[in-house]
Amino acid sequence: MQCCVCKEKPATVHLTQIVGEKMQKLDLCEDCAKAKGINDPTSFAMADLMLGLGASQELDPSAGAVEVKCVRCGFSQADFKKSGRLGCPECYRTFAEGLAGLLKTMHKGTRHIGKAPEALRATRDTVDRLKSLQKKLAKAIGEEDYETAAAVRDEIKTMSGAVPAKAR
Amino acid sequence: MKDIHQFLCSPADSTHRHGPHDRIVMSSRVRLARNLRDHAFPGWAKKPERVKVLETVLPAVIAMPEMSDSFAEAMDNLTALDKQLLVERHLISREHAAKNVGCGLVVNRAETFSVMINEEDHLRMQALRPGFQTREAWQAVDKLDSALEKKLNFAFDNELGYLTACPTNLGTGIRVSAMLHLPGLVLAEQINPIIQSVNKLGLAVRGLYGEGTEALGNVFQVSNQMTLGESETVIVERLEKVLSQIIEHEENARQTLMEKKPKVVFNHIGRAYGILANAHSISSKETMNLLSLLRLGVDMELFPGTQRSLVDELFLITQPAHLQKQVSDKLSAEERDLIRADMVRERLKNVNRPVVKPAGGAAN
Repeated sequence: MQCCVCKEKPATVHLTQIVGEKMQKLDLCEDCAKAKGINDPTSFAMADLMLGLGASQELDPSAGAVEVKCVRCGFSQADFKKSGRLGCPECYRTFAEGLAGLLKTMHKGTRHIGKAPEALRATRDTVDRLKSLQKKLAKAIGEEDYETAAAVRDEIKTMSGAVPAKAR
Repeated sequence: MKDIHQFLCSPADSTHRHGPHDRIVMSSRVRLARNLRDHAFPGWAKKPERVKVLETVLPAVIAMPEMSDSFAEAMDNLTALDKQLLVERHLISREHAAKNVGCGLVVNRAETFSVMINEEDHLRMQALRPGFQTREAWQAVDKLDSALEKKLNFAFDNELGYLTACPTNLGTGIRVSAMLHLPGLVLAEQINPIIQSVNKLGLAVRGLYGEGTEALGNVFQVSNQMTLGESETVIVERLEKVLSQIIEHEENARQTLMEKKPKVVFNHIGRAYGILANAHSISSKETMNLLSLLRLGVDMELFPGTQRSLVDELFLITQPAHLQKQVSDKLSAEERDLIRADMVRERLKNVNRPVVKPAGGAAN
């Protein structure tokens, strides 16, 4: 097994951290493990480490590909690799693809749950509800439960037409 | 220019603030990271844009009722010593202390709210409370955030939540943390397994001044790491649960030490008292570590009649910036060590040497 950081030396340090129900695994060579400070388990948190790793793995532009830059602020993947920070709020859209994997290893989930600005809360709830109904519809169709499917479809119809009114 | 040292209440007053479980939980805080929708994050923005953000955010924050009696200043108007003083009070991060033009700070006199402008994010607002009050701190900062969002356009995405400069803060942008005094677990050599199990729960354990600092004075900060995929309330509640367990472990460790190894406890506390009450030169680090043992002694009732706040005040006023503010900022480290020792001896003049209690006499 190769070290997942340098991809050169054989991995001799194997780490497993369980966060919630997700298991994260890392295989490192001794040098990389030392460089990442893993020989001191007390100060070690996988999320910190994964950030650095993810930054080089997920956002690394593949050879020959055109470098992607944020249209709003001019921030590039190379800049992210350097700082581990993004350039502006729009960057999250620009680099969405590369970030998805990174967020998965870093957080409990990849979808925000919790507070939202009040002005957006009503629409957000409607969108959430619509999404879950669509899932329910697909599931019902998959299970050939057409009675439920019809009911859900009607609900979606009324909701799509309705002005978002319900606030949390 | 206002003087931050004169604005903030005296260390004596600030250490007389009490909260639940404050013999172990020194303070609780909840911070939220927020950014303006139409501006680059502070680390990437050019100076004029940072200044513009500061000019937008600062008046909005000052106008909040929570900030009616507050100190507001651009970071470039503060001296290095002022900034260090704010770090020692845990009102700004060490990162923010390094900031200058285009960065700012608003802190209220009661030291219950502090808003850093253009730290890593446009806004880092935090509510601070003495003792174990994470929930109260969350409610307070939530309220401040709700009022601010009416004046400022926060960057928010339906899928990803509040957008932050660093992906590690994405979503809720929340960091719930508590500062814990854990001398019992350190003396009983149980601290490392505790830190490891707390880490395994996805929580971070850091030193006195946050990321990358050592646990001076046996003070540890415990905080959440993950911010996306669960609600603020869930995060606060999980941390509360873990904190309650750590408190219990610390109490147990202290009790067991007193029952099983009273000599070890008396030895540590007696030596700490001996040095503090008699030294003529002492570093800030040694002072903090010994004061931690003195604090433990007070908790264990080995210093009848001595209040914990005396120790807490010393803990604050012997730190470099506080000391220089009281005496002079022209002191070398060696001169500070002499003055620090004088201050500590003077304060401990009326504290008698620790009593020795029969085994099993744990305090509450």
